[in-house]
Amino acid sequence: MFDIVSFIPRAVSQGIPLLYGSTGEILTEKTGNLNLGIPGVMYVGAICGVIGSFFYEQSGNMNGFLAIAIPMLCSLAGSFLMGLLYCFLTVSLRANQNVTGLAMTTFGIGFGNFFGGSLIKLTNSDVPSIALSKTSAYFSKSLPIADSTGVFGKIFLSYGFLAYLAIVIALGASYVLNHTRVGLHLRSVGESPSTADAAGINVTLYKYGATCIGCMIAGLGGLYYVMDYASGVWSNDAFGDRGWLAIALVIFTIWRPTTSIFASILFGGLYILYLFIPSGIDHMEVKELYKMIPYIVTLVVLVITSMRNKRENQPPASLGLPYFREER
Amino acid sequence: MNNRNHEPLFHISKRDALPWQKAWAIRGAAILAALVVCGVITMMTTGDNPISIYKTIFLGAFGSARKSWVTCQNISILLIISLALTPAFKMRFWNIGGEGQVLMGGLGAAACMICLGDKIPGPLLIALMVVSSLAAGAIWGLIPALFKAKWNTNETLATLMMNYIAIQLVAYYIIKWEVPKGSGKIGIINQSTNAGWLPQLFGMKYLLPIVVAAVVTVLIYIYLNYSKQGYEISVVGESENTARYVGIKVETVIIRTMLISGALCGLAGLLLVGGINHTITTTITDGQGFTAVMVSWMAKFNPFAMIFTSFLIILLSRGAGEISTAFGLNQSFADIITGIILFFIIGCEFFITYKISFRKKAGKEENV
Repeated sequence: MFDIVSFIPRAVSQGIPLLYGSTGEILTEKTGNLNLGIPGVMYVGAICGVIGSFFYEQSGNMNGFLAIAIPMLCSLAGSFLMGLLYCFLTVSLRANQNVTGLAMTTFGIGFGNFFGGSLIKLTNSDVPSIALSKTSAYFSKSLPIADSTGVFGKIFLSYGFLAYLAIVIALGASYVLNHTRVGLHLRSVGESPSTADAAGINVTLYKYGATCIGCMIAGLGGLYYVMDYASGVWSNDAFGDRGWLAIALVIFTIWRPTTSIFASILFGGLYILYLFIPSGIDHMEVKELYKMIPYIVTLVVLVITSMRNKRENQPPASLGLPYFREER
Repeated sequence: MNNRNHEPLFHISKRDALPWQKAWAIRGAAILAALVVCGVITMMTTGDNPISIYKTIFLGAFGSARKSWVTCQNISILLIISLALTPAFKMRFWNIGGEGQVLMGGLGAAACMICLGDKIPGPLLIALMVVSSLAAGAIWGLIPALFKAKWNTNETLATLMMNYIAIQLVAYYIIKWEVPKGSGKIGIINQSTNAGWLPQLFGMKYLLPIVVAAVVTVLIYIYLNYSKQGYEISVVGESENTARYVGIKVETVIIRTMLISGALCGLAGLLLVGGINHTITTTITDGQGFTAVMVSWMAKFNPFAMIFTSFLIILLSRGAGEISTAFGLNQSFADIITGIILFFIIGCEFFITYKISFRKKAGKEENV
């Protein structure tokens, strides 16, 4: 029997890291930067938060506010630095965005696993993971009424605050992009940087700003994964390929953060669907085929959006291209 | 009122083509600077002195005859994948699906070894393996190429998704073929009969991939620089409109190039499964499909320069591996070091393409 009441909360908590990642990437791509380094950034965001809370937990007495603020600030700082690095290479030095992004992913995943591995060593534990259950308890605290309101509470109220923050950020990003002057400038930089430049918009500033903020949002996705979804347990490579899925989601949602809220929950559901489809003990291998579903769906959507070729569904015109004022 | 014209502190302009010696000198300097930074970082994490760190790196790659052979073998596999991706990149087709194409090639070879292992004679089996792995890789390259040619689908994301589909497909077959049941892995295929194991050249265990890589390097160089198809690839890469104008069928070029690219990736998969590991896992490519993108790009798509860049990457990753074993660090140390080197090389391209002229002395400027 398909258990929808336990399926939806799990799909949502799978989807939240994707939502963070895709919101961040949408902001970035709207200024014309195709940041393939998002998987790396999310790793860095996660591990920085882990490092912060690890040392805070070591220090003894815990204070609810600091237990949340320290990992968050560390995570934001780490992913901000990654964003800065990406911007420096692609905007200031005009390097190839694909290559820079891939290098950042290599570096970021290595960075996460290296420090993760080193921390695991510090704890001298038998299992290859770090458990930050105290910090996690603060992060995943849900509203007290969640338990008493039955099915409604389970589906809508059972998440930690970072999950709601993700939705708020996505709505906020959508508002800024579509209804403010800053958003208009930002989009114009992505569509035609030379026109924007001629109109007096500081292209470099917008690219730096959007990419760094985008990276910080994506980094929070990594933090959510460790602190809330994985209940504070960091183990190397556990985050997996979610960063890439977040990038795919950007296309899936045709660069709209609001659509991304539903799409990422849908993807979260597809990601864990294999756990809920009965396959029998004889055919364990079929589960591996079910795990393919999110990628196939992405591919199909990618092809369909390109087939329909509608003007409002196109990527920002200068996506992936460096801008150099003196080049015609 | 201050109405003097403000001249910025420096001015960036595009250079004319830099002579290649100078360009490579800049790249060399960047690599050197990166090595120094890596040395400092390693020094901070291990507390060892830099000279012995570089020595450990070198010994990790070439410390013994076996290590040197393995290093060369790894270089050749990375080189083959990079060469495979190069025609596509030259066409501005960002094929980051090397990972999936290699895996599918490996799966093709493994399928022949497992299903036909003891049913048909050895040479026929190996011929079938070659055909099936090349075909599997080519098909995996063909699918995104068709989408790109027909509907201009974003190839970066399409090839990326194909990677994960390939990984899950391999995971599916691993559980289907697992030995013993329930172990979740295949183990060495045909260990007793050695059926489908690629032959050893001159009795040397590690030589085959190296020879194949050398042949492929020369062939790709000739193909890209001295053939009509290679020329078409560069025209499409420089400007699709020009290509259309002079009568090149862009769609055909995209599809043909990706078939070659995918088939060569499949070849790398064949070597990995049939020649080196004799088994298949989902991590058999070990991220090399992505690393190869950077190897190819760093070499400016020049096949011979790729020998050097893949050497550099493998040397560092094996060296960093040795350091992490020697000092009890995490194996991911290699990724950090590789990342830093890449950042430096990516950054240095700026100084090859652009020129920075600083503001002249303020006093002189005001009289102008």
